[in-house]
Amino acid sequence: MGLIAAELERHGISTVVIQLLRLVAEKVRPPRALMVPFRHGYPLDTPNDPAKQIAVIEAALELLEDPALEPPALVDFSPEARG
Amino acid sequence: MGDMSEFSLPVRAFIKTYRWRRIDPVPWAPLKKPLSESRVGLVSTAGLTLSGQKPCSKEVKGGDPCYREIPWDTEISQLVENHRSDSWDHTGVEQDMNVAFPLDRMRELLEQGRVGSLAERYLSFMGSVTSPGRMVRDIIPLACDNLLRQEVEAALLVPV
Repeated sequence: MGLIAAELERHGISTVVIQLLRLVAEKVRPPRALMVPFRHGYPLDTPNDPAKQIAVIEAALELLEDPALEPPALVDFSPEARG
Repeated sequence: MGDMSEFSLPVRAFIKTYRWRRIDPVPWAPLKKPLSESRVGLVSTAGLTLSGQKPCSKEVKGGDPCYREIPWDTEISQLVENHRSDSWDHTGVEQDMNVAFPLDRMRELLEQGRVGSLAERYLSFMGSVTSPGRMVRDIIPLACDNLLRQEVEAALLVPV
């Protein structure tokens, strides 16, 4: 995923990757990643729970909008902080 | 974070010892305009295809780097999951493919004006490509061109 993101960024497309394993993110270094606490197979949290899914997506989109981030931006998803 | 405990010992050992390709330097493309005015694409490695669409091969050694196009207005019920890996739990995706390929959520973001527009066609890879040479050399540039031709300005990438 990080390799795809890097190619897109090199061509001017802003990207955000949902990332399941910190170890992999730290080795690969995708430009912008939201580190989520979910199991593989559940990258956007809970099946049939649109509110939880949109909370993850919204947190990812907010990384795209954050001018203070610098690459590689590896940011933990914090559902508690989002209320 | 998701952690390694969900995996079998051989998979854990693979993840720890695999020579992951390090991105260096890390490219950076800030948004050029607000998301509410931007065209947003979706890229997945969940191995999803449209019903009737040829899936990526499960037999290619090192993983099949191919991808399939999924139109933005596809009904979630039209998707089929073909991922080759048995190292993750497929139950959630079988229950609701939005959990890995958020077709419905993306349309909701459009309806709410959170994003300006959506790519006409999303990209669905299979992932589990352990020999990514051909993917990096040939397929990822094609995928990038695909999104550029669609005038995509931002992309959400979701693994599985």
